Amino acid sequence: MDWLTTVDHKKIAILYLWAGGLFFGIGGIEALLIRWQLIKPMNNFLDAQTFNELITMHGTTMIFLGVMPVIFALMNAVIPLQIGARDVAFPFLNALGFWTFLFGGILLNLSWVMGGAPDAGWTAYTPLSTSTYSTTHGVDFYTIGLQIAGLGTLIGGINFLATIITMRAPGMTYMRMPMFAWTTFITSAIILFAFPAITVGLVLLTFDRILGANFFEVGAGGSPVLWQHIFWIFGHPEVYILILPAFGIISEVIPTFSRKRLFGYSSMVFATILIAFLGFMVWAHHMFTTGLGPVANALFSVSTMLIAVPTGIKIFNWLFTMWGGQVRFTTPNLFAVGFIPTFTMGGVTGVMLASAPADFQFHDTYFVVAHFHYVIVGGLVLGLFAGLHYWWPKMFGRMLSEKLGKWTFWTFIIGFHLTFFVQHFLGLMGMQRRVFTYLPNQQFDFLNLVSTIGAGLMGVGMIIFLVNILLTSRKPADASNDPWEDGRTLEWTIPSPPPEYNFKQTPLIRGIDAFWKEKVAGNKGMTPAEPVGSIHMPSATILPFTMSIGIFIAGLGFMFSRDEFGNAFMSFLFNNYIVTAIGLIITFGSMLMRSLYDDHGWHIEPEELEGSERT
Amino acid sequence: MTTAHAEASKDTFPHEPEKATLEGRNKVLAFWLFLGGEAVLFGTLFATFLALRNQTNEGPSANELFHLPLVAAATFILLVSSLTSVFAIQAMHRNRPALLRNWLLVTVGLGLGFLVLEIYEFTQYVRHEEFGMTTSAFSSAFYTLVGFHGAHVAFGIAWISILIGQLARKGLTVVTAPKVYVSAMYWHFIDVVWVFIFTVVYLLGKVG
Ligand code: HEM
Ligand SMILES: [Cu+2]
Repeated sequence: MDWLTTVDHKKIAILYLWAGGLFFGIGGIEALLIRWQLIKPMNNFLDAQTFNELITMHGTTMIFLGVMPVIFALMNAVIPLQIGARDVAFPFLNALGFWTFLFGGILLNLSWVMGGAPDAGWTAYTPLSTSTYSTTHGVDFYTIGLQIAGLGTLIGGINFLATIITMRAPGMTYMRMPMFAWTTFITSAIILFAFPAITVGLVLLTFDRILGANFFEVGAGGSPVLWQHIFWIFGHPEVYILILPAFGIISEVIPTFSRKRLFGYSSMVFATILIAFLGFMVWAHHMFTTGLGPVANALFSVSTMLIAVPTGIKIFNWLFTMWGGQVRFTTPNLFAVGFIPTFTMGGVTGVMLASAPADFQFHDTYFVVAHFHYVIVGGLVLGLFAGLHYWWPKMFGRMLSEKLGKWTFWTFIIGFHLTFFVQHFLGLMGMQRRVFTYLPNQQFDFLNLVSTIGAGLMGVGMIIFLVNILLTSRKPADASNDPWEDGRTLEWTIPSPPPEYNFKQTPLIRGIDAFWKEKVAGNKGMTPAEPVGSIHMPSATILPFTMSIGIFIAGLGFMFSRDEFGNAFMSFLFNNYIVTAIGLIITFGSMLMRSLYDDHGWHIEPEELEGSERT
Repeated sequence: MTTAHAEASKDTFPHEPEKATLEGRNKVLAFWLFLGGEAVLFGTLFATFLALRNQTNEGPSANELFHLPLVAAATFILLVSSLTSVFAIQAMHRNRPALLRNWLLVTVGLGLGFLVLEIYEFTQYVRHEEFGMTTSAFSSAFYTLVGFHGAHVAFGIAWISILIGQLARKGLTVVTAPKVYVSAMYWHFIDVVWVFIFTVVYLLGKVG
């Protein structure tokens, strides 16, 4: 119950983490099934339809429901602490964002048991995804589930933007903000400007499928290329939503374990902003083969390649940070160091794909699959592992086992390269993406076997990680404030896990790497910027949860509003939008309650603060 | 809130009550951000409409369909409602709760008037012109863009109405003021969007 009503950003972080872990697990199992099917030619382990559903759900789940919440988990756990805030700007919205995300994800995954999963690829290209070609409710689950989940992401993004703009501790100017706070800030801005586009896209597709609209029906004047534009205007920035937080994590971990300041801090900030900006300009590099013409292709090709410049700056700054530092290869740092070459390889194949004429060759082959997994798994997932191991003691008060952590690292990264490195060659040799089997003796057989073995090894790495979590959770929570001993930022100045109110006294910030600066000056902790006083806290509330349930019910109701049910009563409920209305009434009723009953929160008084202090 | 109460708090009442607290400032800021997102949302809908506006699939075209006088009347009503919401905020700044409520009521009334005209317009099209959601790509784009805006108006009406109720119960305070202010921002925003709709959908539909 406590968890259903919490508005504490640290608990919401943990909720995001479990939800993300759950979906990541589902996506992982889907990946293993796909790889099992492809282990040998002409395999009949899966049929074509199931395979289509699996690749669609694997991609969709991983991108929207797997890694996104883990990113949000880390942001929620860390950002208020790093900027010296007691909370996020809107605790209520924070909870709402989580619950809408979760219920959207559940809705999407219900498709497995309610008559067929989406089967048009994670990009849901029209006309494949229109009701002419995709006749189950699968794509409806996709459009409506993602719509609801996307709402949660958007809410989270706005919340982080407001938090970072207004809640920084005194003295923390923008140019003194930790890099992870910076990348969160920019990521949130991208979310704000990219997600509404997919919102519209999903609405249009829903209308086509459920209300019989003609946005993408060529016969009635619609345009399938329109879908591609809308999808990628969102979709390309989305990959920066995913990778920028990883950049932020790496920029925290490497300086900490090199005992050095991040090299080129301000160039890192500007590179981040530049990447975000360019990220919006390049969407049509996914559409070179659509027939936009040579001029458009050339422009999008060049603008895409430009992104390599700020990204290269980042790579070199990380290398220079380690250069001459006292580098310690703890688990988080192993992942961070492993990230650099792996992500760079993904970047190199990205530049290759950005060359329009070459893309005509690479398009829809395993070369592309290899490329984006190098970026997303070799970049983001390694980054997330680094961040999770790094901040785990802060979140839970327990250090993960270093030994098991290193095992996780080695199995995962070796498995990763085995899986995806060979896919470059499969692609160059012509193996197509999204095809459920292949003929023998095209030299695909052996490399596919290798790839599947690698995927299994990655699975082993994941299991070791889970075992690590399990064993750790049974140890006493005795991590110190600064368990890595070289913490540089504010989160390491307070107990692990932090008390509800984070900071007893808001700290005064005197430079980049605020905590490190005090350490160098010989101080034990931060100078407070205010006297000890009573702290205002928001109250827990169930309303975010009920609001999200309402949206969930409304979504289901709308999806089945055109169905014939065997049962007259059910048909009556659904076909007259009664279920939809009930859901909306729950949601709007909750909103009304929220606005009618004032929630003044509560206070923690100074006496209680002293009592709860840990030494 | 009684007049006596309002008088008593006159000198303590801040000049910009919506920005008197951190929560208030956060709300206003976040709402600006939210409107940024809304701008992208409508931008995408406009782009869709522009891409599909000539795809009539042998159904009625914009030029055959639209009656400018009706739309002009709706436009006028909505623009005036923006003005009245400005008056409401001015009343709020001068700490005149009764006046604030009245201007909000006028705003809601005008919003309702606009909505009635729009519903009338849509029913005309559906009944007499055989122009529905499924007719053509143009019709889908038209109803989606204009309907989305209409839904925003409807939401705004409900929202401001609830705020009027809240003001009656709790009075004008630093807690209620940011809510009123933000709702006025919203109202201006949907007004601006309508100006674009009027130009891009209706005027352009008539001439091009
Ligand atoms: C962890 C091990 C993973 C394995 C073994 C794996 C394997 C695969 C395979 C075999 C495909 C199908 C390629 C095709 O036939 O087109 C695929 C597609 C895809 N994967 Fe993964 N994947 C993994 C992790 C991830 C992660 C972490 C993400 C994203 C965060 C991701 C995103 C995608 C996407 C977007 C697609 C494209 C789906 C589509 O074509 O609709 N994968 N993956
Ligand atoms: Cu892209």
